Amino acid sequence: MSEIVLEARDISRSFMISQGFMRAKRPLHAVNGVNLKLHRGEVLALVGESGCGKTTLAKMLLGLLPPSAGSLELDGKPLASLSHLEVARIVQPIFQDPYSSLNPRKSIGSIITLPLQVQGDKDPASWRQRAEEIMELVGLPRRVYNNFPSQLSGGQRQRVAIARALINRPRVVICDEPTSALDVSVQSQILNLLQDLRQELGLTYLMISHNLAVVEHMATRIAVMYLGRIVEEGEAEAVYNSPRHPYTEALLGSVLTPDPSLGVPDTHLGAAYPNPLDMPSGCSFHPRCAKMMPQCAQQAPRPIPTESGHVECSLYKENEAKMRMTS
Amino acid sequence: MSDKILEVQDLTIDIPTPSGTLHAVQKVSIHVDRGETLCIVGESGCGKSLTSLAIMDLLPRKATRTATRLEIAGESVFDIGERRMSDIRGNRMSMIFQEPMTSLNPAYTIGDQLSEALRRHKKVSRGEARDRAVFLLEKVGITAAASRLGQYPHQLSGGLRQRVMIAMALMCGPDLIIADEPTTALDVTIQAQILHLLAELQREFNMGLILITHDLGVVARIADRVAVMYAGQIVETGTAEQIFKAPAHPYTRGLLACIPIPGQTERGAHLGAIPGIVPSLVGRMPGCHFASRCPEVRDSCNSAPIPQFQGAEPGRSVRCLLADEAAVRQPAQEGAA
Ligand SMILES: Nc1ncnc2c1ncn2[C@@H]1O[C@H](COP(=O)(O)OP(=O)(O)OP(=O)(O)O)[C@@H](O)[C@H]1O
Ligand SMILES: Nc1ncnc2c1ncn2[C@@H]1O[C@H](COP(=O)(O)OP(=O)(O)O)[C@@H](O)[C@H]1O
Ligand code: SF4
Ligand code: SF4
Ligand SMILES: [Mg+2]
Ligand SMILES: [Mg+2]
Repeated sequence: MSEIVLEARDISRSFMISQGFMRAKRPLHAVNGVNLKLHRGEVLALVGESGCGKTTLAKMLLGLLPPSAGSLELDGKPLASLSHLEVARIVQPIFQDPYSSLNPRKSIGSIITLPLQVQGDKDPASWRQRAEEIMELVGLPRRVYNNFPSQLSGGQRQRVAIARALINRPRVVICDEPTSALDVSVQSQILNLLQDLRQELGLTYLMISHNLAVVEHMATRIAVMYLGRIVEEGEAEAVYNSPRHPYTEALLGSVLTPDPSLGVPDTHLGAAYPNPLDMPSGCSFHPRCAKMMPQCAQQAPRPIPTESGHVECSLYKENEAKMRMTS
Repeated sequence: MSDKILEVQDLTIDIPTPSGTLHAVQKVSIHVDRGETLCIVGESGCGKSLTSLAIMDLLPRKATRTATRLEIAGESVFDIGERRMSDIRGNRMSMIFQEPMTSLNPAYTIGDQLSEALRRHKKVSRGEARDRAVFLLEKVGITAAASRLGQYPHQLSGGLRQRVMIAMALMCGPDLIIADEPTTALDVTIQAQILHLLAELQREFNMGLILITHDLGVVARIADRVAVMYAGQIVETGTAEQIFKAPAHPYTRGLLACIPIPGQTERGAHLGAIPGIVPSLVGRMPGCHFASRCPEVRDSCNSAPIPQFQGAEPGRSVRCLLADEAAVRQPAQEGAA
């Protein structure tokens, strides 16, 4: 397998949450012991319900939020030993909302060249030209160089965010919901662009998305997150064709493909929505799990290797998960 | 009594703006029968929400609404007084919004809000209202419903709040529910649960349902009939089967090509695209609203307004000159969805 560009070893992050006046603060375990390897050239999709810890994990991988425990390696070096600028040269984010992530008072040109300025680039005379090159690459007309974000469409703003992320030629791009605020006709253009850029620039993506059809289209690997842990991870094809974890099954079963001969599926998940401040005992998915067994409420499952990754569910035993479950 | 619970003809909504009149909704005609689901689908800004707000009589003050017909359960909205209208709105129609927090009052308990929704329109005792609230909370899949009555909206997750909204919409036993992007803010698993629930309740109570969405997957799975909107107009109508198996308008076809379909679209391959942007609705466009982005545009598309051509099957219509050329059809007087 190709080289590992980014690796997380057992990282966690909790936040202290106040419960109201005169009540003790309690820890909220947003990310809880995550192991993750990002290989050069792959598209790893991170999926899971709102609040399960995806953005918190992404912020740690970007060096924007220190883990409360565990370690990170970027390009084989401990992330903690690198400066912000060094990290930013290798990993860059593209965030969800193209409306709020761009400073409305800055021109498009200065937004796109800001990373060069921040990095103390020694050749300001070349900035305009480099900005125009990257604008062409992401499909932005040169004439918008002096415009402001409010004068651009949603899709164009997302292209600005992509240009800004790419101007320093990072190796890894972390996209948090890059298209969820966009109309489908614009979403498809941005997805096509991300695919082209990946090939042209040899980029590696970590892509966070709620849209599982988009994930299936883009990803080479998939990591499924539930209440702060990665409960299943593997090659996209394997995870899609034979999901192991009951939560992965429910997620994939919820995808509404545009097939009018089918109705709305029943997820069998119930309404016991997860609360990260009040983690269930044992397997944290057990209150919603259709395949729950008696021991699940007490015993937290261990990660079990599968043919291309791992699954964390007591239905599987060491050496058995490599075979397809039939149940 | 007829099965038709909503009939709207030539609904037009104008909004004054500093740069001129914004023609947000232009001659939109729809109807819904009891037990039927109509999906209105289109991208942001095409006029979906304003259409539903106009039916509910909840338009912003500055907007002007005209229509040649607007009937709810056979009664014309134009013939009845304001009081009667608010009666009908409360009793016969309910609306579910995208963000439940905008329609739930954070200062009141769930129980109070559910009861109030009923007692505002019907003479019932507190106890009766409470019983109905518990009954409906259970119906929408909320466990320990009685204990939820004392909770405040912010104490519930997004999925639970949307379930409460659905219960609230059902309190008066409406004939018609209009749901505007009811699951857009929710996780996919919860979206599937909420839609499943809506479809079940609709069948059980034999209500009409208008579901507004930009998500073609949702449309395909839940709609009986579909109206595709673009830039203030309905551009295609048909059954879900017709729209997805034989889309006739270039815009509908373009939309379908844009979305990756698991098991169908080649993984990683380029998706279809609709180049360009939605035209401004300020001022009048001479011809087809889609002309600036249409891959099949020709000169005649830009010269005169494009009528809604009626298809061979009832309820099928397309606002495109190609449809006319394909099967020399009569322009319809009224292209009702
Ligand atoms: N700065 C913070 N302070 C306190 N709690 C936080 C903070 N950031 C995140 N959390 C909590 O941590 C959990 C994980 O949040 P996170 O934003 O990572 O979720 P997510 O998976 O990205 O969700 P979404 O899909 O909604 O974007 C949530 O319960 C959230 O409320
Ligand atoms: N209160 C308002 N004032 C001015 N323009 C509005 C208002 N509400 C909606 N519009 C405009 O009317 C058009 C249709 O809006 P809307 O019905 O909300 O679209 P949709 O729900 O399909 O996204 C858009 O161009 C929108 O900007
Ligand atoms: S460990 Fe038990 S409760 Fe958890 S996912 Fe597996 S079967 Fe379900
Ligand atoms: S009328 Fe002309 S421009 Fe409009 S959709 Fe049909 S072919 Fe395209
Ligand atoms: Mg997030
Ligand atoms: Mg809307």
